Order: sequence, then structure tokens, then C-alpha cells
Amino acid sequence: MHVVSPIRETLVMGGKTYHDVTEDICRHVESKPTKEWKIVFGISVLVLLYGTAWVFWTWWEGLGVWGLNKTVGWAWDITNFVWWVGIGHAGTLISAVLLLFRQKWRTSINRAAEAMTIFAVICAASFIVMHMGRPWLAYFALPLPNTFGSLWVNFNSPLVWDVFAISTYFSVSCLFWYIGLIPDLATIRDRATGTRKKVYGALALGWTGGAKAWARYEDVSLILAGLSTPLVLSVHTIVSFDFATSVIPGWHTTIFPPYFVAGAIFSGFAMVQNLMLVTRVVYKLEDYVTLEHISLMNKIITLTGSVVGIAYITEFFMAAYSGVEYEQYAFINRMAGPLWWSYAAMMTCNVLSPQLFWFKKIRENILVSFVMAVIVNIGMWFERFVIIVTSLHRDYLPSSWAYFTPRLGDISDYIFSFGFFFTAFFLFSKFLPVINMAEVKAVLKSSSEKYPEKKKVTA
Amino acid sequence: MADSKYLVGVFDDSDEILHAVEDVRHQGVKIHEVYTPFAIHGMDKALGYAFPRMGIAAFSFGITGTCLALLLTFWTMGVDWPINVGGKNFFPFPTNVPIVFELTVLLASFGMAFTFFFMEGMGPSAKPIIFDVRSTDDKFIMAIDLAKNKLSEGDISKILKSSGASEVNVKEA
Repeated sequence: MHVVSPIRETLVMGGKTYHDVTEDICRHVESKPTKEWKIVFGISVLVLLYGTAWVFWTWWEGLGVWGLNKTVGWAWDITNFVWWVGIGHAGTLISAVLLLFRQKWRTSINRAAEAMTIFAVICAASFIVMHMGRPWLAYFALPLPNTFGSLWVNFNSPLVWDVFAISTYFSVSCLFWYIGLIPDLATIRDRATGTRKKVYGALALGWTGGAKAWARYEDVSLILAGLSTPLVLSVHTIVSFDFATSVIPGWHTTIFPPYFVAGAIFSGFAMVQNLMLVTRVVYKLEDYVTLEHISLMNKIITLTGSVVGIAYITEFFMAAYSGVEYEQYAFINRMAGPLWWSYAAMMTCNVLSPQLFWFKKIRENILVSFVMAVIVNIGMWFERFVIIVTSLHRDYLPSSWAYFTPRLGDISDYIFSFGFFFTAFFLFSKFLPVINMAEVKAVLKSSSEKYPEKKKVTA
Repeated sequence: MADSKYLVGVFDDSDEILHAVEDVRHQGVKIHEVYTPFAIHGMDKALGYAFPRMGIAAFSFGITGTCLALLLTFWTMGVDWPINVGGKNFFPFPTNVPIVFELTVLLASFGMAFTFFFMEGMGPSAKPIIFDVRSTDDKFIMAIDLAKNKLSEGDISKILKSSGASEVNVKEA
């Protein structure tokens, strides 16, 4: 009945049975928080408090606490926004696109990746609200008739598209994540007693795992994946429209949508890599997130890093080929202007360093993978910084040329997003199963160490 | 519900229960439902269920989203407060594609998900019958409603055992 290809890679190590999967993954939800968890969570909360204080100060005092000037009107705020949104994309990519492609290895990492998506999108949205300067007027971005007559938002504006794209993306990601959680919440409910049973029981929405429910559930997951895939592509496309539809040299390029999407997958996979490398050690999940997973993630990082590299070169070619002087200057200035160091950082971190993953030894080294993932995210942050700041700081009037230097406000508001992200992620990893138990169990027969052997014996 | 009596067959393996379902149905026993810790492909077919049609819900809600979004953008931009931008069209269709797309996806996803919850009777206060708590862990459960079967309890129990059940329990719910 169950045909297992001998070349199929092993995804679950250690001869796990179905019950072992439940035990291994429910353990950290059911036990008291460990000392390590308390320490890292405590640090995150402190960072979050520091950042929150600064965010309120930013709102109180105004955007003057940032290093913006008349020429560079967007800097770290939008850099951080695009960076976080990009990171968020990996979660949807892993759960939706890899589901459509029937990639079984996604089952051990999709839950954490989707959670990461949600938190990253919240971080991104926080910069949008922050950079408005008057966040109490944020509702102006929504299509609400105002009190002086029915003046609406301008639906021709990419910034309004962005509001719709990000909020839809956030809502659908939450839904996808929650639907994925339901069977696992039911597992926790059925093992628990007392208050925990009540709480997880309510969250599980009365899931029983009936065959009819599973058939519909699979159908819902597949359609949601089909809807999320164009959605995730549309979100970063629309983010890139914020730049591409403008007439600023360096922004006004048609390559932006695919280039941004590739960059998003690139940085997102790097962030998932970082989180999973830590989680697998802290929660002792080495049997589920194996070297095979790490290696596959690194392959995708190499692929998308190379796509991004080609995009960088294409931009230069198009600028040269266009014959537009301003466009050509923008790119020469990007590479050799006063902000050359950010361009160099971007090129080294994004294009050159991931090429090391062509070597199997490096690809399967945990420490190198971790460090490389950090480097990739530094590089991707610089990519957005390069695009935004170097295109702005020398505009058409040489008298208004300026340089951007961050102030404590820029840095602290960026730190805020890390505080929030890690606080949320640690809370998630404590109270919810970090690995999708139902999906891991479903691939256990075809992809674990134990079952193919058992099949050989009985067949 | 309180007076229904069920026979609960417990299986240890996903392939075993899939064969058992075919076997048990072949012998004329009506199965109430099969409960498993994960989706078993082919189980709905083996139980004779119709192909799930959640796509219809997704499509209906999606098309509603498309229409609402078109109405919103067309009415606000073209009718209620047209803005003259250099004499251009008041309602340029291409610039409304992103909004229309996003609202289509939003309504399709949420509409389908809530349809699913509604059809399965799911909700925070739902009180499902749980035949065996191990069915969300590592056991595969086949529940048979005795009132809906002509065969006696003993006969069905025998059929379950012979098709591979490791335990057969009685559950009144």
C-alpha cells in the first residue's frame, strides 16, 4: 500500500512513533518554562520596553527625533518596513508554495515560519504607523468618508494599495496559521486537564479529526495555499510599487517587483533559518529539524541570493543602456558615491557570501548556517537602505544634496521592532506547538527513519 | 444524543484503518465516522463521502469581494468625488487591480474558512463527542452507531477485530 522510494530523504530522525511526535512537541507547551526561556524572554521584554518608550517619544516629539532631512525624507523607517515585510514572506512561501509543490520537508518548519510571518508583518506595520508622524490620524489611510464631505482615499496611489495589501496579507496569514494550528490545539486539549483543557479546548473550536472534517480541512488548506501564493507575490510587488511608480532615478525601474520578491524570500528564509536553529536546540527538536532541512533552506538561500545578484547587475545594465543621464548617475553614485560602504555591504552579504553554500560541508555546518543567515539579513537591510537613501540623498538640485546620519531615535525605534518580534516569538514558542504535529505525523511513514524499515520487514 | 450507543474500534496504523474501512463497509456495517490524528488520503473516498466542495465557497466569496471592491473604487473615484488629475480618466481600471485583487483574496479566504467552521459546527463553545482522546495522538478510531446498524453488537465487534482493530470499546453519548 505505502510505496516509499529508497532515495526519499529522511525528514524525521530517531525512529519516532506517532506518540513520540506528540510527546516531543507537546512537552514544552505542557511543562513549566525553563530557566533559559525565562532569561531570553526577560531580555526581549526589556528590549521591547526600551523600544516602546522610544516609540512613544517619537510620537510625542515628532519625527525630528530621527535623522531625516529635507532631501532624505525616507530612511530607516521605510528600510525597516520593507525589511520586515520581506522577512515575513518566507512564512507564507514555506507553508503555501511548498504545500502546492508537495514538499514534505516544509512540515517541520512551517508553523514557526508562519508565526514569524505574523510577527514580522506587525513589526513592518509599526514602522508605517510610526513614519506617519501623527499615528492618531492613521485611519486617514482607510477609505472612510471624512466629516467635511465624502473625500476618499486616492485608490490610484501605491501607498493606499500598500495599506490594503499589508492588511489583507496580515489577516490571511493569521487565518492560515490558525487553521493549521487547530488539529494540534485539539491534541493538547485531549491531553490536558483543568484550565488548560478549557483554554485549548475553546481555541481548538471543537476539532475531533473526523474523516469528513479532514477532507474539508485539506481542501481548505489547499485553496488557502492557492490564494496565499499570488497574495504573497502581490504584497511585495505592491511594496516595490511604492518606489517603482515614482519618477526618482534608481527607483523608477520595472525590475523592482520580481527583484523585491526574490529578496523577500531570501531574507525570510534566512530569518527562519536563524529561528529554527535556535528553537531546535532550545526545545530539543533536532530529530525534526534535521541537517537535511538546514541544507535545503541553504539551497533556497543560495538560489534567491543569486537571483537578487542578477537583479543588481540588471539594474546597472538597464541604467547604462537607457541612456538616461540621471539614471546612470544614480547607479554610479550608488556604487561609488558617499554611501559606497552600504553598497559594498549589500553586495558582499547578499551576492558573494551565500555562494559558499555551493560546498556541501559548509551547507551542512550549523554554525556557518547561523552566521550566514545573520549576514544575509544584514545584507538585505542594506539593500533597502541602498535603494532608499542613496537614490534620495542626491536629487536633481546639487544645492540640496545631503547625507543621512541616523540618530538615537532611528536606532531605538529599530530596536523596538526586535523587542516586539522576539517577545512575540518566545511567547508563541512557549504556549503553542512550534512544529505542526498533524502534518509531521502524516509524513512520518514516508519520511522517517523508522517506518520504511518496518515496512521492509512486514512486506 | 445521550441515548446513542457506539462501538469504537481502535486501530494502530493509518494503512490498517484504511483497509478496515473498506472491509467493514463491504460487510454491510454503516460507519458513523472515522477519527484520525492526521488526514489519511483516500479515507473520504473509502467512506463514500462526496468530494469536498470548499472551492465553491471560496469562489462565491471571492467573486463577491471582486464586485464589492470594483463598486468601492468605481463609486468613490468615479462617481462620489471624481478627482481631475491632468484630465485623465476618473476611473482608470489598471490602478484599481491591486485593491480588487486584495479584497478578492480577503473575502475568499475568510468566507471559505468561516463556511468550513459553520459546516463542521466548529466554534469556541463547541462540545464535540470525543470517542477516544487518543484519536488526536496516535490512535485511529472507527465509531459505529449501533442504532443505525442491523447487525448485533457482538457481530460488529467481531468484524472490527477481524479487520485489525486492537481494541473495541463501547461509548455512550
